[in-house]
Amino acid sequence: MAIPSTLITLLLGMVLVLVGLWVGQNVQLLPLDASTNAPVYDSLFQVLFSIGTILFIGIVGLVVFSLIRFRRRPGDLSDGVAIEGNLPLEIVWTAIPAIVVLFVGIYSYDIYERMGGMVSLNDHSAMHHSAAVMQASTSSAPTSSGSGNVANEPRVWAGIGSSDSAEGTLPVEVTAMQFAFIFHYPDGDITSGELHVPVNQPVELRMKANDVIHAFWVPQFRLKQDVIPGQPTVLSFTATRAGSYPIICAELCGPYHGGMRSTVVVHEEEAFHQWFEKNAPPKPVPATVASVDLNPTA
Amino acid sequence: MTVASPTDFEPQGLQPQGWLKYFSFSLDHKVIGLQYLVTGFIFYFIGGALAGVIRTELTSPISDFVSRETYNEVLTLHGTVMIFLWIVPVVNGAFGNYLIPFYVGARDMAFPRLNAVAFWLIPPAGILLIASYFVAGGAAQSGWTAYPPLSLSTPAIGQVIWILSVLLLGGSSIFGGINFIATILKLRRPGLKLMQLPMYCWAMLGTSILVVLSTPVLAGTLILLSFDIIAHTGFFNPALGGNVVVYQHLFWFYSHPAVYIMVLPAFGLVSEILPIHARKPLFGYTTMVYSILAIVVLGLVVWAHHMFTSGTPPWMRLFFTIATSFIAVPTGIKFFNWLATLWGGKLALNSAMLFSCGFIINFVFGGITGVALAQVPFDIHVHDTYFVVAHFHYIVYGGTVFVIFASVYHWYPKFTGRMLNEDLGRLHFLLTFIGFNLCFTPQHWLGLNGMPRRVAEYDPSFTTLNQVSSVGALLMAISTLPFLINVIWSAFAGELAGDNPWKALTPEWLTTSPPPVENWVGEAPLVTHPYDYGIPEGKIDLRVASGADLWFGGKR
Repeated sequence: MAIPSTLITLLLGMVLVLVGLWVGQNVQLLPLDASTNAPVYDSLFQVLFSIGTILFIGIVGLVVFSLIRFRRRPGDLSDGVAIEGNLPLEIVWTAIPAIVVLFVGIYSYDIYERMGGMVSLNDHSAMHHSAAVMQASTSSAPTSSGSGNVANEPRVWAGIGSSDSAEGTLPVEVTAMQFAFIFHYPDGDITSGELHVPVNQPVELRMKANDVIHAFWVPQFRLKQDVIPGQPTVLSFTATRAGSYPIICAELCGPYHGGMRSTVVVHEEEAFHQWFEKNAPPKPVPATVASVDLNPTA
Repeated sequence: MTVASPTDFEPQGLQPQGWLKYFSFSLDHKVIGLQYLVTGFIFYFIGGALAGVIRTELTSPISDFVSRETYNEVLTLHGTVMIFLWIVPVVNGAFGNYLIPFYVGARDMAFPRLNAVAFWLIPPAGILLIASYFVAGGAAQSGWTAYPPLSLSTPAIGQVIWILSVLLLGGSSIFGGINFIATILKLRRPGLKLMQLPMYCWAMLGTSILVVLSTPVLAGTLILLSFDIIAHTGFFNPALGGNVVVYQHLFWFYSHPAVYIMVLPAFGLVSEILPIHARKPLFGYTTMVYSILAIVVLGLVVWAHHMFTSGTPPWMRLFFTIATSFIAVPTGIKFFNWLATLWGGKLALNSAMLFSCGFIINFVFGGITGVALAQVPFDIHVHDTYFVVAHFHYIVYGGTVFVIFASVYHWYPKFTGRMLNEDLGRLHFLLTFIGFNLCFTPQHWLGLNGMPRRVAEYDPSFTTLNQVSSVGALLMAISTLPFLINVIWSAFAGELAGDNPWKALTPEWLTTSPPPVENWVGEAPLVTHPYDYGIPEGKIDLRVASGADLWFGGKR
């Protein structure tokens, strides 16, 4: 006696789901994860990868099976079955994708919230807080901070804020231009062509562009934000793994777009302080209005 | 003595006859359709050559094949040519013009002169665009998206010519859209109801609504952009107080629906091809119609998913994630319906069927990566990388271009009265399918691991996969050879097709091949059941029963 086709279908479905789950868990397509955001991203990727694998193998399987099983034999001039439709079946394959899509949407919203994507950008305390820190640490801030960010609190148009607007957020001002990124540390008045950050400390990049649109992308952090002329943006992250990772411009910005790269160096805490001390200009005497602008070029 | 009848004095007109009519301002929708098709293929080969330049440059991680400026010109021209001069004119203009009057039972389009104007805007626009490569400063260098301020700071002449060319092509597209809407709604043969139309009519109705609603927005945006370039206004120039993100909203308000303008007609064409070669009715006609309409509505409210890393506030990112994801539902319905159409059929494994099935597989893959890209957190990592490049080539090449080839194999007998060679056709399919997947599958990994799009130089660790991708592109280029040979050779020496080689029921097959000037000698046929294939349910072949039972739970 033949095995009932419903049973075969059920078994094939189970195998398919298991294969999809296995692929999602075990096939590693992403680069190293080096920020708090990255593992969160990777878990979303796994879910999408599993669902995608199940769907893709299932549909390819159906197409290939149909092409073989239902191929027209030589000499057979007859037609197939005259089935015009099946409403319950249509409802099933409308409802299932709708539920899956809804689930994925809600899940990715949750992920996005955990990344800090839903943090309100213009009234979050980190801005005020770090502005205060800045004024406390360098009294000459207004003259040295190029754009005078602190005074007028320019509107931040977009980006990913820090959900834990923590005490120790390290602010860095990023200026993108054809074809380089310039990093400026208002706390130490350091200007650098590379981004140096400590491990496990939140960093807030306040980004502006001088000429055309650029994008700041670190694949190992799974983060990207456009840097837009006339519209300051912000990007917060916390690095979790010491090392050097590429910073890549991801928005076409001119002939040398492909060469617009830099490096983010994630230091252990101690090493970062050493780097910071080495590059920071000598501390001016506090509270003297006449302190000269000592813009170093690191 | 003879009395002259009025017809004797009827001037032959300035219209040339014979093959020359294909180079004339012909008003015959079939001539215009073929004019679109052949012109489209010429631009396909130009765009393909440009893609060849890109893939050659990317075989090495340094910029060594063409200069960096030229590379950006090439990628801009490649995108613009492929979208505005190949896919949009061919799936809309070519097959729309050829098939829609047949399907509604009309003798021509509603506005034949507007139709000819719409076509004749294309060659000058195309020549203008290609010629801009040779002007001072070269062609536009800011990508087919022409984002300001980059498009304001790159050489102005090339950019302005690009705008002019796209405006002409947009105008052509709008004229065509108005014509299709009028023809489908107003020129239907008496007695033919809307819900009896072949599916391609519905696809073209939906597409034309999108064209008419969204293309004017692009036109307006580009006119403002040209003011910024020529007259130094400040609409999009931040130095003059302009807002660059507004441009992106306006641009994508057209350019996301443009994706549906490129794929909805392909959905329609596949819905025509599959039932004929599977010898089965199209499964779920009504839901297919409603899913097209749902895609049209949703397609208009998803544009900002191209801007998740741009200047968009968080709530907007959330809304567009959900809206975009939901497009997967009506699209999914269409794919399941096609699978059900295949199930239990008598599938002819010819080139038209193989290309259609290739389309299903490629598009499902592109659709899955599309749903992933709709998720903001996912998109933030891979936006503007080769992952996106791979995704949209799976949609527009793996999807639409595969359907264009399937359609050529399917309707060539109608166009010419001769069959195409099936062996060459299957070879063409095999080479295209392998080449395409070899070219674009590795690009997903490249994007995930740090290769941005539109670059002439990249991290040396990506060299091998880029070379694999380039080999795939080479295979795709080679795959057009059997196709070209087939099309040209068969036009003269192909097997005679007869009027209806596929034993099809749709109206274009119920006339001679090629059809006469006004489509039918005598009255147009009334086809109320265009997909009436198949053996009635009572008389089921035993071999089919097990397959059908899967769908029906053995209830029958």
